[in-house]
Parts: sequence; structure tokens; C-alpha cells
Amino acid sequence: MTDLAATNQKVRKSWKDIDLRAVAPFVALALLLVLGAFANPNFLGIDNLLNVITRSAFIAIIAIGATFVIASGGLDLSVGSMVAFVASLMILFMNSGLIADSALMLFAAMGVAVLVGLACGLANGLVTTVGRIEPFIATLGTMGIYRGLTTWLSQGGAITVKSPEIQTLYRPAYFGAVLGVPVPIIVIAAVALIGAFILHRTRYGRHVLAVGSNEDVARYSGIPVDRVRTVTYIIQGLCVAVACLLYVPRLGSTSATTGLMWELQAITAVVVGGTALRGGVGRIWGTVCGAFILEIVGNIMLLSNFVSEYLIGAIQGAIIIIAMLVQRSLVRK
Amino acid sequence: MSPFADLPPVNAGVPLLEAVGLSKSFGPVQVLKDISLGVNAGEVHAIIGENGAGKSTLMKLLSGHLQPTHGELHIGGETVALTGPVDAERRGIVLVHQEILLAPDLTVAQNVYLGRELHKPGLVGGIVVDDRAMNAGARQAVRDLGADIDPDVVVGRLSIAQRQLIQIARVLLVPHRVVIFDEPTASLTPVETDALLKVITDIRAKGVGVFYISHRLPEVKEIADKVTVLRDGRLVASHPASELEPVDMARLMVGRDVAKLYPDRQAETGRETVLEVEDFSVPGYAQNASFKLRKGEILGFAGLVGAGRTELMEGIVGLRPGRGALRIGGKPAQFANVDASLKAGIAYLSEDRKGKGLLLTEDLRINLTLASLDRFQRGIQIDSARERAALDKAIAEFDIRASRKDMLAGQLSGGNQQKLLLAKMMMTDPGIIIIDEPTRGIDIGTKEQIYKFIAELSAQGRSIIVVSSEMQELIGICDRIVVMRGGRLVGEVAGEHMNENEIVVLATGVKSGEAA
Repeated sequence: MTDLAATNQKVRKSWKDIDLRAVAPFVALALLLVLGAFANPNFLGIDNLLNVITRSAFIAIIAIGATFVIASGGLDLSVGSMVAFVASLMILFMNSGLIADSALMLFAAMGVAVLVGLACGLANGLVTTVGRIEPFIATLGTMGIYRGLTTWLSQGGAITVKSPEIQTLYRPAYFGAVLGVPVPIIVIAAVALIGAFILHRTRYGRHVLAVGSNEDVARYSGIPVDRVRTVTYIIQGLCVAVACLLYVPRLGSTSATTGLMWELQAITAVVVGGTALRGGVGRIWGTVCGAFILEIVGNIMLLSNFVSEYLIGAIQGAIIIIAMLVQRSLVRK
Repeated sequence: MSPFADLPPVNAGVPLLEAVGLSKSFGPVQVLKDISLGVNAGEVHAIIGENGAGKSTLMKLLSGHLQPTHGELHIGGETVALTGPVDAERRGIVLVHQEILLAPDLTVAQNVYLGRELHKPGLVGGIVVDDRAMNAGARQAVRDLGADIDPDVVVGRLSIAQRQLIQIARVLLVPHRVVIFDEPTASLTPVETDALLKVITDIRAKGVGVFYISHRLPEVKEIADKVTVLRDGRLVASHPASELEPVDMARLMVGRDVAKLYPDRQAETGRETVLEVEDFSVPGYAQNASFKLRKGEILGFAGLVGAGRTELMEGIVGLRPGRGALRIGGKPAQFANVDASLKAGIAYLSEDRKGKGLLLTEDLRINLTLASLDRFQRGIQIDSARERAALDKAIAEFDIRASRKDMLAGQLSGGNQQKLLLAKMMMTDPGIIIIDEPTRGIDIGTKEQIYKFIAELSAQGRSIIVVSSEMQELIGICDRIVVMRGGRLVGEVAGEHMNENEIVVLATGVKSGEAA
């Protein structure tokens, strides 16, 4: 064994040092793009690609929040219901007529969405940490609560933005573009940049990974484990709110089935992206890549005639299993 | 009953298990070079060496967990290639792992019989486990080891030492011809160690061959028939145990004379009290503890496993709920968590450095700065350049032997992990350091270094509490030793009274002659 202190030899990084698990999702994405190009010549068109990425925005943004929760060793099953709940409250607030000016009303409603998202995340965090309930069970409970409240608010029907003025004003938030780049893509990039900065560059991010890696070591190192965990759920809630800010202008309406099964898609994106479900490893860009992969698979199925698009759920299910098998075989030496 | 009655017979008069020219490489790194040794029926063959000398790798080759790069194994004179641990077990070679590998939520009996459950007789009974028979069998197996543990108890509730015994009981239930013990006594108290040595004597008497790895040289001297010393992956000596004294073994292991294990210290303890604990209780573990720690002092905490020493310390630093008065430098203090006690200048190094001390799957830098990240911030960012500089400094200062700086903490040897943990907690610049079992499972060369570090820290005016089950080590480095028994502080020894006899009397509550 060489003594580094004595020799102080510079160890050069070689290609062998690249963690294959971090690279795997991007390789998979590249392969999918090639496959897509073969399946349909229109696939690689810039319009189609922008369209696909835009559609992945909801899952990508929610999954960035989920990366924090999962990296800290938690799990949030309630995000799909939370989307429905937050978006419904946002629309109901818009319809309340409390503020006459449409622009002001829109900004206030966006603020409401963010606050409700934060509150829902805080609730999830407190139930798991203060209540000491397994995250799976705790968020299974809140998943039912948020979904049930949405059904009750909508009385089983739809909640729709009534003011045409607000709708017109709000439309560009999803359908608009800056310098040819659709707004949702800009939002994905912004959320991912901020998320990656927090997770990889700040003390809090280091704490998240430490808690997920070994809770005992974190506690013995003076890290406030419960606070770190709670904040991951709040970040998740915030990401859900941001996703809602893009969702409401798209359809202008919610119902009891809004965001159904999105929690599973978000978790799939996170895991396909290389984040360990047991915690301790978090890869924001991998997660974004995972969300793209899910959407692109669907898109290829639509554009090609190999497989019925009704099988999309089955294909996505298979993807998560294949991703885990690939990761297992790429364990770093 | 013979432990190998169910096994196929082997040739008599040749070693039960013999390695010939065994070598093992991991990638470009050769960890074992041309090792030849064997064990005969009714023989205890001790393998000693510093951490990293290749002992555990050798044991894994002998027990089929690893396959050699070169060389071969002979069982009863016949060449075999073990395909895995199951194959080895089938041939009567069993390994008692150093790490505890038990399911904490299952009972003692369920663990002992895990994977080979007994079933009730009869057609229907064939699929129903026979808990009564397994409980009886487990109780007997544990009794054979000189312990009395209820087979119904869930393993998670047992101490580490008790779990170690359960693990040994589990292995000895397999028909065996050769038993390999990988540091079985590392976490055992003297009483439990004696019981285990008696078990080994018993199985030797039945004609079983034993390979025995340990760092505790007096114990090797006591139990072994033959001693083989490994250094840097090579076999450097192999002698009958009767020809070697522990000091010779130490010299062969280290490759030089180990003149003194413990550093010279002029006890320059100040009069000033830095920590005062009064009437402090940790419910269920420690009652009404009162003691004072002075500036620059090294205070030992002795006692049997389960005496409540670790729990008392964890209560003091806020890891467990505690009641009572703490005064730091005369000012009352109370810590709700480790964050608070670190800020007050108290650092606690857990005895469980793999489970509670270090993130084994993270690299050295992440581990080093984990408890002191607020010192490595530039704005809201972590300054990784400063972290790397701190790592270079810590590697030099604490002599952490890492083959590369970006290796994972889990890839370090036990001794280097302990140095890293010490470096990590010293990053918080504590005035008071509590070290729980500072040298458990660490080789003699590294032990010497750890003692030197502790002495240096005290010379810097820091106060140190050492909790240890190794009385020799407490006597060697401490100014004063407090003894705990059954959750209470039962006495204190200092100066000429610091000897094993007085400590054992206090720790066990019986006169030394009666103590087992």
C-alpha cells in the first residue's frame, strides 16, 4: 500500500474511474434517439424533440424534487395527488374573484399554489419525521387525503378556470417560447440547475446524501437528521407547485384524475437516472434524463407502428426493471 | 458426538486443510504471496499480523469465499478447488466471520437455525418448523459456549458480544472438521473471552482443526499450538507457540522491536475542571453518574460490556435522552443533539465506527468534513478546494494510509478508518474528546499510533475520556480510571491502584479470586 502522505503522488484519473452508473442513463438516452431516428424519420426533427421535452416537463420537475426525497432515504407517493390538489386550489382561488385585476389575480394565484405546495410538503415531512411513520405509509396516507380533497372540491367533476382573460394571460406560461425555446424547457433547466447546485454544492445537499447514506453516522456527526428530511419533502412540495404553475395554463382545468400515477413516473425517472432508491446517491441531471427517456419511449411508440401505444404503461414498467438490472451490473469496483 | 460424524472420512496422518503456494491478487494489487501452511486434527493454528497483512484474505481463500490466483488447497491430502462457502461447508470447513451477520429482527433460535430449520416429523409436519426443538438446540448451543441467553430473545436486543457468541453457536452447529475464527474476541470482555477459549479447547479435543486470527497476543500464546505470522501478504515466520512469547510475536508482526506500546506522558493535568457531570442518568442504562474531567486529563472508563459506559457518554452528548446536571467550564449545559454538544466543544467518537462513525460508501474527503461543514463554506457553497487541502493535512497529520485520495472510507483498513474518524472529529476543534473503544480490532502498530495521538491531544490541553474494555490500554494511557458496573459508577482508581486486579474487582463486584 503506498503512503500518500509520503509520496504525494498525483493519481491521474483515467477512463476507468468514470462511474458507469452515472453515465448509463445518458447512454440509454442516446441509444433511444438513434432507435427513434430509425423508427421514424420525423423523430429527430427539432420540432418533435422540443415537443417531447416540453411534455416531459411535469414529470421532470416533480422528479427533481423526488431526487432529494429519495437521496435522503425517503419516498413520496403523494406527488400525483398533490398536483391535483394544488392545481385545483389554484384554479378555485382564480375563480373566487377576490382580486379584480386579472394580472394581479394571476400572480396571487401562483403564490397560493406555491404556498399550498410548501404546506403539503411540510405535512408529509412532519408526518414522517415527527410522527415517525415510514415514508411509504405516511405518503400513502397523504396521497389518499390530497386526492380525496380534490375529488371533494371538484364534487367529482372538473374545476375549470372561468375567466377567459386570465386564461389568455396565463397561456404563454406553457405554450410560449423565449428565443424559440419553449417556456417549460427553460423551467426544467432552471429547476435542475438550482437543484443540482443545492444537492452537490451546498452543505444542505451534503447533509441530504449523508442522511440517506447512513442516518446513524449523520446523527453522530451532528447533522439535524429530522430537519434535513423534512426539508426534502418541502423541496418536493415546491417542485410540485412549480409543475402546477405549468400545468394549469396548459389545460385550464383539473379533475379527480389529474396527475394520476405521476408519482410512479417520477420515481421511475429518478431511479432510471441513477439515484439509489435506498438513499445516499442523488443525480439531478440523471433524473432529468430519466424523465426524457420515459417521454421519448412513449413518443417513439406513437410515431412507429411496432408496438401499440396502449402498451406504454407496460413498457415504462419494463424500463424501470431493466434500469435496475443494468445498474446492478455496473457496480463500481 | 463427533462434530464431523456426518462428513465423508479423510485420510489420517495428513493435514486436515493445507494451503500450498497460495497467492491472491485483486487487479494489479497482490495481497497474498506464496503462502503455504496447514492445520492438523486437534491443532489450533494462530494466524497473526497487522491489519492489511492479508489475514482475512487468507481466511477467505481457505473457506471458499475467494478463489486463489495461484496455488492450491488440499483437504485431507487431496487437491480441491472450493467453488464457494457452501462447498467449503459441505467439506466441513466453516468460518466464523469477524463481522456480525445476523438478522436483528429474528430470535436467537431463528438465527442459529437460519437456512437449516428443523421441521416437525410426519407428513404434514415436514413443512412446519419445530420451534420447540430449535429453541432447545439453540439454548444448548449457547450454553456450550458458556453463556446463558434466552433463545426466544430477538437478536437486536443483545449486546455485540452476545451476538458474537450467537454467531459462533450458529457456525458450530454445522458438521465441521476445520473451524476458522476471524478475530472472534475483538468485542468480547475478558470473561467472555475465557469462555470462548474454553470452547476452542473443547473442539480441539474432539479432533477438529482450528485456524485462529487475533490481535490479542497473550490470548494467542494461551490457546495456540502453532503461530504463523503474516506481514505485507507474505508468510514471515511459523513456529510452535511454545517457542514464542507475545513480545516476539509483536516484533515479527511489525518487523521491528515494539519497545513500548504506550507513550510516555508527564501528567500535567491542570486543576481546572472543564466538564462536570452531576447526578446524570440515562434511563435504562446509567444511574446518577457524577464525575469531573480536568483540563488536559485522560480519564478512562472501564467496565464490562453492558455496564452502561457507552450509553452514559451518548446521553451526555445528546444522542440519548438524559437527566441531570452538566457543567462545561463551570457553566450549566444541556444538549439536545450532537450539533449542540459539538458547538460546546465536545466530540464523541462512536465505538461502532463502521455503523455510526463513517459513511463507508463515500470518499475520504466527504467523511472528513461531515461534522464540520460550516468551516468549509464560501458563501452558500462548499469550498471543495479547502476540503481537499484539509484532507491532505489530515492524511499527513494522522498518517492515514490510503492508496488513493478518492477511495471510499469502506476500503480503508480498520486502523485507518479509526484514524480518519479521529481526524473527522478533530476538525470540529473540540476541547473535550470522548473516544469509545479507540483500538477495537486494530493492529498493534496502529494502536501505538492512536495512543500517541491521544497523548498529543492531551498535551495540547484537550481533555479526553477513553471508554475501553481493554484494561491494559486504559492503564497504559489514562491518568485516572472510573469503573462502571450495572449502570453505576462504582469506583475510581488512580496512581499505583491502577492495575487490572483492582479494576476487575470493581467491574465485577467480586473479589479477584472469585472473578471468572
